Amino acid sequence: MNKPHEPSPQNGSEATGPVKDKAVIPIRTVMDIVTARQYGRELAMETGFSQTESTLIATIISELARNIVLYAQSGEILLEKTVPGSAHRGVVIISRDNGPGIPDVQRALVGGYSTSGGLGLGLCGVRRMVDEFYIDTGTGKGTTVTAKKWLQ
Amino acid sequence: MEVPILKQRNYLIASVQAVLTDQDLVNLRDRLVAQVGRFRSVGVILDVTGLDVMDSFSVRTLRDMAHMIRLRGADTVIVGIQPEVAFSMVQLGLSLEGVPTALDLEEGLAYLDARPKRTSVGPPPGTR
Repeated sequence: MNKPHEPSPQNGSEATGPVKDKAVIPIRTVMDIVTARQYGRELAMETGFSQTESTLIATIISELARNIVLYAQSGEILLEKTVPGSAHRGVVIISRDNGPGIPDVQRALVGGYSTSGGLGLGLCGVRRMVDEFYIDTGTGKGTTVTAKKWLQ
Repeated sequence: MEVPILKQRNYLIASVQAVLTDQDLVNLRDRLVAQVGRFRSVGVILDVTGLDVMDSFSVRTLRDMAHMIRLRGADTVIVGIQPEVAFSMVQLGLSLEGVPTALDLEEGLAYLDARPKRTSVGPPPGTR
């Protein structure tokens, strides 16, 4: 928010027009969360997802990007359309950071934040909503979350 | 971007017109909670038609906002949740539990108008 050199994609102006099939979006500020989820929505629409599913994908990206800002300060979101000829058509979302890592992954994956038990990372909801979900984390080794969503 | 807050009778109306960052949403919450006192408002309508996503942070911020406004003596109703946003919230298990919602601004005003009047010297017996 406070970095003047940041692009300011108000009203989605950054995300208009065709997007590239693959993008790495650096995540440092709350504005970057918006940039990432808008890019992800465009990518999902171009991949063939409905507006409803694209909103869901944008929401998932928002959760993952926020975790970076909140817990790791900086990291990146990689968004990618699957290549033609692969087993599934869809989008791949990878969230990477070198933050403190999640000491208790199992707890982070339990429940929603509202039902408590979870750590409020939104990871439980994300995991339920995608077709493939991997998390690689641990104290001091950063966190990489991979989420894949296929076209039905 | 700063969300405009309009005063209509003794209600405040805030319409989200564009995508908001987390910080924008927190600012909006704080301004509404403050302005309920400045304008002696008894109701707040938050129109979220322009919100692109409602994730766990937005949902928690809006719930907090409604509870804070409640503590200030006013009621909040959230209007304009779009079908695809509602779908994502349900899929992700996000709930605005305890916060009234209505279809649009018109229904939000009707909701606030239909509430029982409260006296200015505290809640009447038998209510909260």
